[in-house]
Amino acid sequence: MDLVIARPEGLYCPPGDFYIDPWRPVDRAVITHGHGDHARTGNGHYLTASPGAGILRSRLGQDINLQTLPYGERLVHHGVTLSLHPAGHVLGSAQVRLEHQGQVWVASGDYKVEPDGTCTPFEPVPCHTFITESTFGLPIYRWPSQGEIFADINAWWRANSAQGKASVLFCYAFGKAQRILHGLDPSIGPILVHGAVEPLNRVYRDAGIHLPQTRYAGDIPRNDPLLRQALVLAPPSAGGSSWMRRFGEYSDAFASGWMLLRGTRRRRGVDRGFVLSDHADWPGLLWAIGQTGADRVMVTHGSVNVLVRYLNEQGLDARAFATEYGDEDDVAPTEPTP
Amino acid sequence: MKAFATLYLRLDATTSSNAKLEALRDYFATAPAEDAAWAVYFLAGGRPRQLVPTRVLREQATAQAGLPDWLFEESYQAVGDLAETISLLVPVRAHGSDEGLATWVEQHLLPLRGLSPEEVQRRLQPLWAQLDRPSLMLCLKLITGSFRVGVSKLLVTRALAQLAGLDAKRVAQRMVGYTDISHRPTAASYQMLIAAESADEHRQRGGQPYPFFLAHPLQAPTEQFDTLLGPPSAWQIEWKWDGIRAQVVKREGQLWVWSRGEELVTERFPELHSLAQTLPDGVVLDGEILVWKPGATPAELAVQPFALLQQRIGRKTLGKKLLSDAPVVLQAYDLLEWQGEDWRNRPQHERRRQLERLVEDHPLALVLLSPLLEGPDWADLARQREQSRSLGVEGLMLKQREALYGVGRTKDMGTWWKWKIDPFSVDAVLIYAQRGHGRRASLYSDYTFAVWDAPAGTPGRALVPFAKAYSGLSDEEMRKVDAIIRKTTVETFGPVRSVTPTLVFELGFEGIALSKRHKSGIAVRFPRMLRWRLDKPVEEADDLATLQALLA
Repeated sequence: MDLVIARPEGLYCPPGDFYIDPWRPVDRAVITHGHGDHARTGNGHYLTASPGAGILRSRLGQDINLQTLPYGERLVHHGVTLSLHPAGHVLGSAQVRLEHQGQVWVASGDYKVEPDGTCTPFEPVPCHTFITESTFGLPIYRWPSQGEIFADINAWWRANSAQGKASVLFCYAFGKAQRILHGLDPSIGPILVHGAVEPLNRVYRDAGIHLPQTRYAGDIPRNDPLLRQALVLAPPSAGGSSWMRRFGEYSDAFASGWMLLRGTRRRRGVDRGFVLSDHADWPGLLWAIGQTGADRVMVTHGSVNVLVRYLNEQGLDARAFATEYGDEDDVAPTEPTP
Repeated sequence: MKAFATLYLRLDATTSSNAKLEALRDYFATAPAEDAAWAVYFLAGGRPRQLVPTRVLREQATAQAGLPDWLFEESYQAVGDLAETISLLVPVRAHGSDEGLATWVEQHLLPLRGLSPEEVQRRLQPLWAQLDRPSLMLCLKLITGSFRVGVSKLLVTRALAQLAGLDAKRVAQRMVGYTDISHRPTAASYQMLIAAESADEHRQRGGQPYPFFLAHPLQAPTEQFDTLLGPPSAWQIEWKWDGIRAQVVKREGQLWVWSRGEELVTERFPELHSLAQTLPDGVVLDGEILVWKPGATPAELAVQPFALLQQRIGRKTLGKKLLSDAPVVLQAYDLLEWQGEDWRNRPQHERRRQLERLVEDHPLALVLLSPLLEGPDWADLARQREQSRSLGVEGLMLKQREALYGVGRTKDMGTWWKWKIDPFSVDAVLIYAQRGHGRRASLYSDYTFAVWDAPAGTPGRALVPFAKAYSGLSDEEMRKVDAIIRKTTVETFGPVRSVTPTLVFELGFEGIALSKRHKSGIAVRFPRMLRWRLDKPVEEADDLATLQALLA
């Protein structure tokens, strides 16, 4: 029996009668992580990994009916043994392991295989069937080491600061922003954040993740010389808005895996693109799939057709799962998701 | 190579002209002259012919990356640039070459042309293995002739001028012809660009033309012309020819013909070679090369469609038949040099008067004097302009009588306006889409358009494709169209998607001709999207009869 099938409401586990990251309201939802396309409002019961509780409550409301489970701990529901395992994507992200009548399935949600210091690193979980994402499922996507990228970001900040220009770095407020904060060299200058980033920093700090000191950008008066030495983290939606006027002259940059391509970088129209992703690159996807030992792979959101065809050519039984996560298309979406 | 790759990255990483200028100055300040010579060549738009067939590069890349062909193709479709795709797929190497740009180009890359695929493969492997990712991408762009970075020739000129303490116009003058395919950049030719001003500057120029003066489009309504331009009497008014803009240079018994792209095209127009005998020395004419109806009297406006000229340009050898069917003339409209003296700083009317005298004194069958138009007011000229299409011209040119001959699209020395007629237009339906390149990589931005093959109400009528277009939409519109294409895809053939017809666009184009190569039987010139017709249902798009009516 298939332990997970695609239903109009989301990925569904028939013997357990619950959903994983449903996109329509259901009674029981297991949430892999707190990004908007995976964690939606309106579900009756939520189950998520313990480190993700703060995030989920801050995004979906303090009053959701939430049960948490530490990584690796087992829970039996309608005869299905369920446990959550680190996915290394963002704080609290988990892979969902399901076991029923000797069959083991793992749904990965979104994952990244390189440890980043702001969440528990990805851990391969042996299974018969692995459900994998494919956001960056093309061999062109090979990430530079994050050490190199952080050195580039710090050098860019230092150079701007020397010229008396603010450095505005656009990135997603949850996950990416905290990961960047973790890698910045705070000796270069003050670090300011947009109002969308600040509450998430609080959740990370409450969870014991070390982040350098940050200030809310809105508290700094216009023309304060401090702005010209600062690095500012803001969500992409702040670009081109009147909020940006306070910084006077600034250099801007965008941090995302999509910045690897010259075309997407130029379309963004920012000075710099830093290649930093919360998702596995092509070698990462293949490594993770290999580590599970699964002979059956279900591919969701991203380059679905490419990865399915490639895995089949490698002798695996790979199929597509239609979901509403991220972008459903075969290539880089126009508006990149985290 | 590494230094040039670093320059490329710096130029590519910024949108500010000042930052680019600084990067260029930094590079040229330290680059050895032989490397700088090639850097100027590539930055200013010079391209050697493709050195290695694309197929060979792809084979080498898939082999090194250990990937199946289809996955290479998928990757290429997502990236939209061959050089970048390959550099992203092959194994990453540390940079191991300290040879300069000139050594790479002259000793490693140029010799690849014409070698057997096996030999090319054998040489490429060790070459690639020495380059880090940015240098490899750059090297591949040089090999494929697709090197482009957001730098204008003008900016390169300014950087060199600043570095050498020269007037930018002087450097621009020296740079004319620098990127011509016949010119091979050397340390000496670079040093000539930045050398101190000399007394015999003028005599050193050989067959060099002058930088072309370019016109600005005039789009205001005619009623505003009096305010914008003053009375017509202040202007020299001519037809806007639809041919090849060219300068004919005659010095010391020799003749050179240069196209607007600063390419030497003398060999392409044997008809003009007799001018080497008939034109006096020290003369430079500016004008338009056109195919002229054989046997027409000089007074007739007998210009033939651009399509005929295009056929000639495409040919490697010009047969007798082609030369007699499609002979060319030069419609001369400016005189830039007279008796060896640079006349560009004399006013338009003075240059014109001398040009008229020249043509009168030296009957040159092949050089026609571009006729002047006159009219009491702009309304009258607008009426004359209405005849453009039937005469085979693109509209009118307005040249300030007092204008000096500027460099490029400058306005500080007087202005030339092109007052073009409105393009043809039809409402067409988008039926296929393909992803774009460069800035549009991975966006569905290249479209095929169709019209109906029968009038509305005809049962079973179908859409016939007739034109491809990819320009004219704003970024915002393109994103919306991209999303609709992804949602309405019917089938995918390789990189192309067919869609359920839902989108109607007003397409504009410059010319229309019968064609056997197109399914619709019609070929249009320079098609582009004028407007997204959100108000028009697909059924109300135009049909073939509309196109056929435009042919008349």
